[in-house]
Amino acid sequence: MPKDGGIGASSKRREDVRFLTGAGNYTDDINIRGQAHVFFLRSDVAHGTLNNVDTSEAEGMPGVVRIFTGADFEAVGSIPCGWQVTDRHGDPMQEPRHPVLAHGKVRHVGEPIAAVVAETLGQARDAAEAIVVEIDELPAVIDMKEAVKDGAPKVHDDLTSNLCYDWGFVEENKDAVNKAFDDAAHVTTLELVNNRLVANPMEPRVAVGDYSRSDDQHTLYTTSQNPHVIRLLMGAFVLGIPEHKLRVVAPDVGGGFGTKIFHYQEEAFCTFAAKACNRPVKWTSSRSEAFISDAHGRDHVTKIELALDGDNNFTAIRTDTYANMGAYLSTFAPSVPTWLHGTLMAGNYKTPLIYVNVKAVFTNTVPVDAYRGAGRPEATYQLERLVDKAAHELGVDPMELRRQNFITEFPYATPVAVEYDTGDYNATLDKLIEISDKAGFEARRKESEAKGKLRGFGMNCYIEACGIAPSNLVGQLGARAGLYESATVRVNATGGLVVMTGSHSHGQGHETTFSQVVAEMIGIDESMVDIVHGDTAKVPMGMGTYGSRSIAVGGSAMVRATEKIIAKAKKIASHLLEASESDIELKDGAFSVAGTDKSVAWGDVTLAAYVPHNYPLEDIEPGLEETAFYDPSNFTYPSGAYACEVELDPDTGHVTIERFAAADDFGNVINPMIVTGQVHGGLAQGIGQALMENCAYDSDGQLLSASYMDYAMPRASDLPFYSVDHSCQTPCTHNPLGVKGCGEAGAIGSPPAVVNAVLDAMRSGGKDVGHIDMPVTPARVWAAMHGAEANAARVGAVGSNAKPQPE
Amino acid sequence: MAQVKMTVNGKAASGEVEGRTLLAHFLRDDLGLTGTHIGCDTSQCGACVVHVNGEAVKACSMLALEAEGAEVSTIEGQANADGSLNVIQQAFQDHHGLQCGFCTPGMVMSTAALLKDNPKPSEAEIRHYLDGNICRCTGYHNIVKAIMAASGQDTGQIAAE
Repeated sequence: MPKDGGIGASSKRREDVRFLTGAGNYTDDINIRGQAHVFFLRSDVAHGTLNNVDTSEAEGMPGVVRIFTGADFEAVGSIPCGWQVTDRHGDPMQEPRHPVLAHGKVRHVGEPIAAVVAETLGQARDAAEAIVVEIDELPAVIDMKEAVKDGAPKVHDDLTSNLCYDWGFVEENKDAVNKAFDDAAHVTTLELVNNRLVANPMEPRVAVGDYSRSDDQHTLYTTSQNPHVIRLLMGAFVLGIPEHKLRVVAPDVGGGFGTKIFHYQEEAFCTFAAKACNRPVKWTSSRSEAFISDAHGRDHVTKIELALDGDNNFTAIRTDTYANMGAYLSTFAPSVPTWLHGTLMAGNYKTPLIYVNVKAVFTNTVPVDAYRGAGRPEATYQLERLVDKAAHELGVDPMELRRQNFITEFPYATPVAVEYDTGDYNATLDKLIEISDKAGFEARRKESEAKGKLRGFGMNCYIEACGIAPSNLVGQLGARAGLYESATVRVNATGGLVVMTGSHSHGQGHETTFSQVVAEMIGIDESMVDIVHGDTAKVPMGMGTYGSRSIAVGGSAMVRATEKIIAKAKKIASHLLEASESDIELKDGAFSVAGTDKSVAWGDVTLAAYVPHNYPLEDIEPGLEETAFYDPSNFTYPSGAYACEVELDPDTGHVTIERFAAADDFGNVINPMIVTGQVHGGLAQGIGQALMENCAYDSDGQLLSASYMDYAMPRASDLPFYSVDHSCQTPCTHNPLGVKGCGEAGAIGSPPAVVNAVLDAMRSGGKDVGHIDMPVTPARVWAAMHGAEANAARVGAVGSNAKPQPE
Repeated sequence: MAQVKMTVNGKAASGEVEGRTLLAHFLRDDLGLTGTHIGCDTSQCGACVVHVNGEAVKACSMLALEAEGAEVSTIEGQANADGSLNVIQQAFQDHHGLQCGFCTPGMVMSTAALLKDNPKPSEAEIRHYLDGNICRCTGYHNIVKAIMAASGQDTGQIAAE
């Protein structure tokens, strides 16, 4: 029976009413009296020496308040990187300085050179056109493998090369892995590209800086997934503002998908300029600016190998990946191809030996960082394409090859340093077979063939590590932050509650889900619980939302704080009921004495806490407010199996997604409606990556896909209704709710199923091309179908990130 | 600067605008109607869809001065007279047809225009019509479902939740 409230209920989202009536409060909706607007003049070349920025004419233009250049920021800190990776030789990564405004050199198209603050945005833009910038253009490095060759132009002159780090994992296993390959009965090799993407939340980034001279307080309103992280990074490392003098507010945020985790120059600029100009300064990104200034995602080029014994058991995996960092290190960029990627290379399989090598490379492109899934989609794509290829080479069923190698006993310690607590990969695969109607596929294939089309079925499994993350562990791995979460539960005298959470909601519906949990724990109506987030002046120090961590980590902090509330409330109730505390039970919002009919209502207890006339003041303090910080003891490990059915037009190469099924194990589920919605969105992004989206640079470093006219965002007509199931539930063993997180699964699990399905369709048409790179555009499919020579599948690729050649 | 007058959500509205001021900016910055969102600068995303004289228009693709004398309606004017959600808005909430909410005003306004012309659109017609409205959160499943429900169609066959 579906519940009508509390944990497990598909409660309607309370957020929706304001969003559906135009009453949301997004950062661009904030206008402060007296505010000026800033327009950033950005580099239109990828690499060059910045000789001079002449602002003299522009300064006299109408409405100009002040023009800033890199020289104004020489005394200001570098935009910091939040994660230091140690390379396979034990040395720290190369870490370049990242200025707020370019100084001396420009290193990617879009890098801000000057900032014009004016009365109106139009005036700022007009004045920017009058700035004369002298740049001596230098050869740009765009292709990663070219960038690490001897003699390649250096993105950063003060670094030894363009190699950020050369990471080996697990380095001690390398020789054993190589030996396993020497001893293998079969080796499957695959070279592939994980295409560069742009996250594209529908709300472009916005920053509004404000400064109050009366109390020396800075305020930054910003489109962030983690306002406290911005406060710490920007305050401590860039501008030197102590945290108690800096408030960061991230109100309603219109989607993030990772790209709003990071600290960006524009935030530091608006905060700095608000004081320098003594008036609020607002920046609203245009979409065109977003393409050249939001951190991009993915962009890996990989060779991966699988060793199998004579019985088709996986014996070893070896990978060699080039990961694009772009021109600077974005906040968490170094962690993505390493600790969020290498640790996932075991996937769902009991492969005993794994070695992962990652070379992170600087290029003259926009910085690359976490995008929905972050490292885990790259790992899943490699592994699940590789296993599929191996199955076809060996002539065995891809599903059965997977089943044979599944991890079936938990907890399971992988050879890549993580321990899966729970899972049941056969259960999700069985569920997938059911909900995808695999049994009906052959009939559907015949229907397609009768229309002159080819039809393919592709599937894959996935595992992810989320609920990020145990602070002591990530500290050892190079994180310069803790990854706990916080919550304060404030109970009011009349019984209503406010939960101040360090998690941040930018579409996930926390205000609804979190209320369900607290309401269930106390036994009161959800409407009595309010959720506050996104303001460092209101909520305790929290690390924000990413890595599918909100319910697993933020929810756990909230549960711990609520447990403290209940414990104290029971003490008060025991006093009011003149009973032993151990006999007090809380049910349906009332405290009762076990075995009696004596009870006192929740509201009477909360009132007593604040009007403590009849109250055990000698034992406990008045008031009812508790804070908890929760640091997880392990990651959580959602898993599942996905299937895609495509129809392929052999005349045009056009592929349509006909069916998509997702069977996930998220552990316990709080709000099934919201969880399903999260999967839907992830699937659309994963299918988008597989079929359409590509961030393409030309060899000069010009971004070719720099607007919605050139970057293929999935539309409603590109996608089907999905079949989504999360009834297979193996609860997490180490957090109080038994939850695993669901935000990224869809994006992690879906690309390989799409590509496997396209290859299956091609095979049914008599063309076994072995592999085709994403995005599987009509041009690539047609070329592969008709050319079929070695690199035919790469015809139609644009930009260096899409045209790696085997070494 | 020039004077512009129009009727917005049934009320007279006016302001001084530059020739280059877009209708979207006039609504947001001059009238404070911030429910109309701006998600791109190439007229693809549809977050800014409003109705001008009964037709769906991308407010980023029209100058404020072009709306002189027009009847404009925005997301702020869509709820029922008693403040409750209208049929389309309610269907979006009931079927979880929104997540971050940024594209939502445009989706609701486009849906209203679609259903005015085509009271019972098929799934394919809905998906085709939404070509000019991009959503990055929902994967469109629940948006399409909400529109079918808002037009009185049975959504029972579509996957649950």
